[in-house]
This record gives sequence, structure tokens and C-alpha cells, in this order.
Amino acid sequence: MSLDPAAIRRIARLARIRLDESDIAPMQADLSGILAWIEQLNEVDIEGVVPLAGGVQGVALPMREDVVDDGGVVDAVLANAPDRQGDFYAVPKVVE
Amino acid sequence: MMLTDLTLAAARDGLRARRFSSVELTEAFLSAIAALNPTLNAFITVTAERARDQARAADAALAAGQGRALTGLPLAIKDLFCTQGVRTTAGSRILEHFIPPYESTVSANLLRDGAVFLGKTNLDEFAMGSSNMTSAFGAVTNPWTRRGDNAALVPGGSSGGSAAAVAARLALGATATDTGGSIRQPASFCGIAGIKPTYGRCSRWGIVAFASSLDQAGPVARSVEDCAILLGSMAGHDPRDSTSADRPVPDFAAACARGVKGLRIGVPRQYRADGMAPEIEALWQQGLGWLREQGAEIVDVSLPHSKYALATYYIVAPAEASSNLARYDGVRFSSRTEGDDLDALYENTRAAGFGPEVKRRVLIGTYVLSAGYYDAYYLRAQKIRALILKDFTDVFARVDALVTPTAPSAAFAQGEKMSDPVAMYLNDVFTVPANMSGIPGLSVPAGLDARGLPLGLQVLGRPFDEETVFAVGAALERAAGFAALPAMRAGA
Repeated sequence: MSLDPAAIRRIARLARIRLDESDIAPMQADLSGILAWIEQLNEVDIEGVVPLAGGVQGVALPMREDVVDDGGVVDAVLANAPDRQGDFYAVPKVVE
Repeated sequence: MMLTDLTLAAARDGLRARRFSSVELTEAFLSAIAALNPTLNAFITVTAERARDQARAADAALAAGQGRALTGLPLAIKDLFCTQGVRTTAGSRILEHFIPPYESTVSANLLRDGAVFLGKTNLDEFAMGSSNMTSAFGAVTNPWTRRGDNAALVPGGSSGGSAAAVAARLALGATATDTGGSIRQPASFCGIAGIKPTYGRCSRWGIVAFASSLDQAGPVARSVEDCAILLGSMAGHDPRDSTSADRPVPDFAAACARGVKGLRIGVPRQYRADGMAPEIEALWQQGLGWLREQGAEIVDVSLPHSKYALATYYIVAPAEASSNLARYDGVRFSSRTEGDDLDALYENTRAAGFGPEVKRRVLIGTYVLSAGYYDAYYLRAQKIRALILKDFTDVFARVDALVTPTAPSAAFAQGEKMSDPVAMYLNDVFTVPANMSGIPGLSVPAGLDARGLPLGLQVLGRPFDEETVFAVGAALERAAGFAALPAMRAGA
């Protein structure tokens, strides 16, 4: 599988990572190389196999009581915000 | 003997017998860090004052007869574990200024048991790497050098800072994490022991997430028993991690003395990969011979899908990483690079904050999860993951543990293997299957290569049977009698 420059731009856009024009060709080479190596997986017979998502075996994920057990720590939550206004995260204007 | 030369178990005994104080022990390590860290770069942050406070409190507790499992023992914490009030970077520029308002469960468990924290150790950015070269805070230098050659070597990765710190005697032990080999490969490269326990054994709460279905915390230390002592404190059920196993934590340290008499040890024939270095093949055979001499039976086994584990990993891990790393958006807790609108802010922040390897993996993950490609990549990978697990399940019906080499080579030089990402990924070829299947894996230093660099052997075991893994690992350790020392170490 080889990716063209347009595909690299599309993926970077989906991932919200800005790539400069000079980044495109090296990234195209790297990702195409990785995907070509991954193609070996096409030789595995996966007919009828149930996919495995996680590492915990034989354990059903637990449910907990639907109750509030934390909160009221606004300043701790916002302590690492690059920009805040009052009790809110601040971002550039979204709605005109 | 210097205090920094003690194993964790010996230091614990010395503290309990009041032969020295935790303050003396802690000062010895802080001096060693001050002397060697400028060269090794194993620590990103040193918390000397906090360590002194903890050591004084530990001495008071010991004097009052209130010592716990780790009271007064100085440890290093991989900078992927959130530490309350202490900067936690994950080796990334994007978290350069992040100060967690909470403590990870694993580090909290160590503090509960009285440990002293010396500081936060360097790592590949977001634990993505096998060399520690991708850290935004600079490469870590392996304390070992090749005979007759002063070239700076990598300590392995991603827990390279933790492994280098322990090998150079800058800490008695350290926390680490392993998503594809990040505990075991650096342990092998630095001539120390390290275990990735069963997935679910340690809580992931408060550990910066890379690939959530694979990430698992574990210790690195200078002996198998030291790892067992540390894991006993780190492990345990945590309601805040829904994948944390609600089962008792056994006495891992006691298991180290069990011996291997009557155990069946499997040798997966597929691991005898093409082009394995003859000295690694020879060490492997020697290790199997040691176990046979101690009464184990060696059995040839087959893991037919293990050869696909690494390629499968490079779908699953980037997919999960692309999702986990979406949170670094320049709004909530990461560094921000401004933009004209919100999308530009996101894109600029992530372009400036992530290094090349992280970008590669986020883009691969985004691609394999994107509409039209999900079935061909991610779903196929999950099915092959099921086949990899089934191989292990079948084999563990016949044998008690598996023994393999930990890594396909000894430590390589800084800058090597950097031009081709896939060449770097191949470092994890022997370690990744344990992450894909969730089983425990331990690396034990077993010998030196022709140029005097350490090589490790890996012990794999059944899920939640770390005790057998420790028994086999300790048996290998006793037989190997590994006593070689790195060139760069405290007091050398």
C-alpha cells in the first residue's frame, strides 16, 4: 500500500497535525514503508476468527454504581490550562 | 562496598537493622545522580528536596517500628507516571509544563509502602521507541560501553532512563512501563532485570496512556528478587482502572526461591529467527542447559502466529495511540501554539508539540481507523491478535513457562537504526507477543556479547502466573551469576 501526497494531507488533517509542504515527502516515504511491511498480515487466514480487542482475559468489565464520587475541584482541573477565563477553558472565537 | 552498590533487598535489610539511615542512603544516590546524570541524562527531573523529606520521614517511621515494605528505599519513577505536584512530561514537548494534580495509582502504592522518590526518568516520547532517542529531553546514554570503544550506546527504550539509572546505581529500582517491550528490552540492554506483569496486574490509572489494551506497568531493578519486591507493592486492584484485575497479589519474592525442578519449559521454534546472532543463540542454549541441570524439562513448542505479532502491533498500538493522544489539543493541559481559529490552534499545537515518531504513529493510527480502511487493517489485526493469544493458550496447556532471548541484539550506538522506522521496530520482535496476548514477561541478564555488552533472556508465563516466571527467572539468574559492571556507575 502506497500513499500519495493527497492522502498524507488528508490523514494529517484528520489527526489535526499541521504538516509543512517539506514534511509531506518524508512522511509519505515513512508511512508507505510501514504499510508495505504490514502487508505481510494479508497472508494470515482469519476466516471465522472472533476479534480480540483487549488484554484482559476471562474477566467481564465491571460496572460501578452510577453515583458522583469526585468533583468540586475546578482549580485543580484548570491548573494546567494554557488559557482560562473564570472557571472556563478559553479558546479562539468559534462562532462569529 | 558503597551504599549505592546494594540491591534493594540488601538495602531494606540494612535499614531495618539500622546499619545506615534512609537519609544516608538517599544522599548517596543524590550524589551519584549529581555526578553522573549530566553524562547519562537518565533523569528529566530530580526531586532532591522532596527525597530528603521522604527519607527523614522514613527514618522516623523505622525508629518508631513502623517500617513498611519499602520504607526509606530510594527509587526512580518513569516520567510517564503522574506524580502529584511534580512535572510529568512523558518525554514530550507538548507536556513540558504539565504538573499533575493527582498521583498515579502505582506510584501512590509505592509511597504508601514508604518509598523515597529521587526523580522522574527519561523515556522515548510517549513511550514510543526502542532507543530513548525520541525523547524531547535528549537521548539517554547507556552506562555500558563496548570494549575498546567509547561510542555512546542507547539504553534501549522506552524505559531507557529507568534502566540506565538502575544500571548506573543512581537508584535501587525504578518504575517502567511496557507496551511492546519497553521494560524488557532496556533491561536487557543495560544488564538488569525487569518484568512486564500480566495485563491488569498493575493499575494504569494516572499513567500517561499510549496504547491502552497493551500498556502495563512493571519494575526494573538489579535482581529478580528486587523486581519481585517492587511488583508486590506496585500491583493490586484499583477500581479507577476497569481493566485492573480484582485478584490477590501473591508473595512474588517468595516465588523466587521455588526452583524449577519438575517444571516444563517451552522453547518456541519460531523465535529461532533467520539471522539470529550466533552469540545470542548460544546464550539461549546455555540458559536452557542451566534450567535442565536444575531439574526442568525442556520442550520444543510452536507459536505459529508469533511472527505476525510485530506487524499486528503496528496497527493496534498506533490506532490506540491516535485515539489516546487526541486529548493533547492545546486547550486543557498541554502546551499551546496559537492559531487563527480553533482548528489551526489544534494543528499548530500538535505540529509543534509532537516529535517525528509520535507524528508517524498518530498518522498511521488515524489511517488504519479511517472510513474504508478499518476492516482491512484494524479488524484484521484484532483477529490475528486472537490467533496469537490462542497459540499461547495452547502452549501453556503443555508447558509452565517459555524461555527466549529478550532482544535480537545487544545495545546499539546512538543514531543507529534511525533512518528506517521498521528497522527500529524490529527490536521488539521477541517481546511484543506478550503484550498482544497480555501474558507476563521477565528479562534477566544472562551473559555478555563478544564486545562486553549485556544480553538478556526472557521468561514468559501464563496469565497471572508471575510466580512461575519469577521462579524460572531467579533460577537463570543464579546459574548465570551475572556480575559484570557497566563502565559508568556510581563510585567507578
